[in-house]
Amino acid sequence: MGNTLTIFRRELGSYFNSPVGYIVVTAFLVGVAYLWIEVGQVFVEGEATLRGYFYWAPFIFTLFVPAVTMRLLAEEKNSGTLEILITMPVRDWEVVVGKFLAALAVITVAILLTLAFPITLSQFGDLDWGAVVGGYLGLLLLAGAYVAIGLMASSWTSDQVVSFIIAWGITFSLWLFGKLLPLMPSALAPVVEYISLDTHFGNISKGVIDSRDIIYYLSLIVACLFLAVQSLDSRRWK
Amino acid sequence: MPLARGSATSRPVGSANSNRELAMEQATDAMIQVENLSKRYGAKYAVKGISFRVPRGQVLGFIGPNGAGKTTTMKILTCYIAPTSGTAKVTGLDVGQRSLEVRQKIGYLPEDTPLYQDLTVLEFLQFAAALRQVEVSKRTDRIRSVAKVCGLYEVMGESVGTLSKGYRQRVGLAQAMIHDPPILILDEPTAGLDPNQIVEIRELIKEVGRKKTVLLSSHILPIVEATCGRIILISRGELIADGTIEDVVREHGQQSLRLRLDDAAQPELVTEKLSALDGVVGCSAGEDGFQINLEGDDDDELRRRVHACVTDNNWTLLELLRRSTSLEDVFRKLTSAGKA
Repeated sequence: MGNTLTIFRRELGSYFNSPVGYIVVTAFLVGVAYLWIEVGQVFVEGEATLRGYFYWAPFIFTLFVPAVTMRLLAEEKNSGTLEILITMPVRDWEVVVGKFLAALAVITVAILLTLAFPITLSQFGDLDWGAVVGGYLGLLLLAGAYVAIGLMASSWTSDQVVSFIIAWGITFSLWLFGKLLPLMPSALAPVVEYISLDTHFGNISKGVIDSRDIIYYLSLIVACLFLAVQSLDSRRWK
Repeated sequence: MPLARGSATSRPVGSANSNRELAMEQATDAMIQVENLSKRYGAKYAVKGISFRVPRGQVLGFIGPNGAGKTTTMKILTCYIAPTSGTAKVTGLDVGQRSLEVRQKIGYLPEDTPLYQDLTVLEFLQFAAALRQVEVSKRTDRIRSVAKVCGLYEVMGESVGTLSKGYRQRVGLAQAMIHDPPILILDEPTAGLDPNQIVEIRELIKEVGRKKTVLLSSHILPIVEATCGRIILISRGELIADGTIEDVVREHGQQSLRLRLDDAAQPELVTEKLSALDGVVGCSAGEDGFQINLEGDDDDELRRRVHACVTDNNWTLLELLRRSTSLEDVFRKLTSAGKA
């Protein structure tokens, strides 16, 4: 536990030791605001709802989260610092979990900063706070899953750009499946529906917190983190 | 020249009998024990059948050309990569099976000293102390202690990224020592340093080597000569020589004399006559005179024979010197053997 915490603190600190952390979070907030106001047409429709935001957030996360996770392991491999790190008496899973929590913390901060929107909106109209809370919970779980995928992608390469592309590719595909659901042949539909992050997110954002959706997200997170640990570990095999 | 090779301690895999292990550890007193270690990448061997033991308190130098396998061997000992075959044990613990404990016993500084650029020296040492399992109550003392030994007091608040190479190296050494491990493994600790910095690090290593077991690699021979009591020469993945520097030089080196004669002496005649002397295995002419390669050691009898030869042929002797074989000569001779 101690090692995980040390790595968590170090990683979190390094996000804010360089401008990159601040830039990415700012870009996210700007992007979300744009989507919400322009695309979601909140002011035009005159309805106090975050539906537009929740509709598009999973998509914008596919860009934002990989940008945050791409350096987690790729940069350590690239600069050689991984060699000092994992020849210390720490377990591979402690490294992975510590970094996962740090990236998740950064994204959680960004998500919580967007609370400015519903708070502002509630001044203008009646806001269904139940749906908002549900939506934010869904976003946090979604973020967790995306971070895990991004971390896994980062463990596979020593190039940050490649890490970003792989992570984006995976999360975007999963998001897309959900959006294309109506076009899927009916035989595949149930499978696609289950895999799609968007479907599960959709459920939660409607305020319905179903254990199946939570299990889906947690399983995905555990599976990706497990694969990341395996990737780290593989250097110690033949 | 005795090779320090012990009998292979056969221990059942996964033995959990700690009393027996403790007894064995004390009995062998070998901090590092490598048996028939090999590492293969595809068809190519980076390390092939290397065996050696390092007793407590020794400062051992790994020398060899670039790509010889020194770094690979070190990475196996520090549990960074796994061997293809053979065993490596640190204080009696196998690097594969007891990896976590092995890593606790070692302080490792990889080549190029890769450190986190964005942390200050103090933050980095705090991070290292934490991950190297230094007790919380002892951390400040340990940091202060290694900062003093490594001369880092002035730069504690500076970013690692802004330090000069010399200071970076010292930080690297400090993080390796922060948990006071019994063994230090240093890969090219003086790479890229200027001559002054090299002396500083060298003295640091000598100081540290008084109490710890140190394994360092370098292809800068003067460093090795100044700090190491014993060397191992590795070339193309294989162990070529193992012993104290004096032993290795004596075993593999060749004594020779250098002779300068007046221009009147004809080179072919000189080499022919000198080669024929007792105790001389060959003579060659060069720009700075003649080199006489000896079979054994240089001694007065030999010198008398050379003198007699010179006077018999009416040559004029301008200079007669013993040419000492250096570690570098041995290095070049042993590592170029086999090349076309």
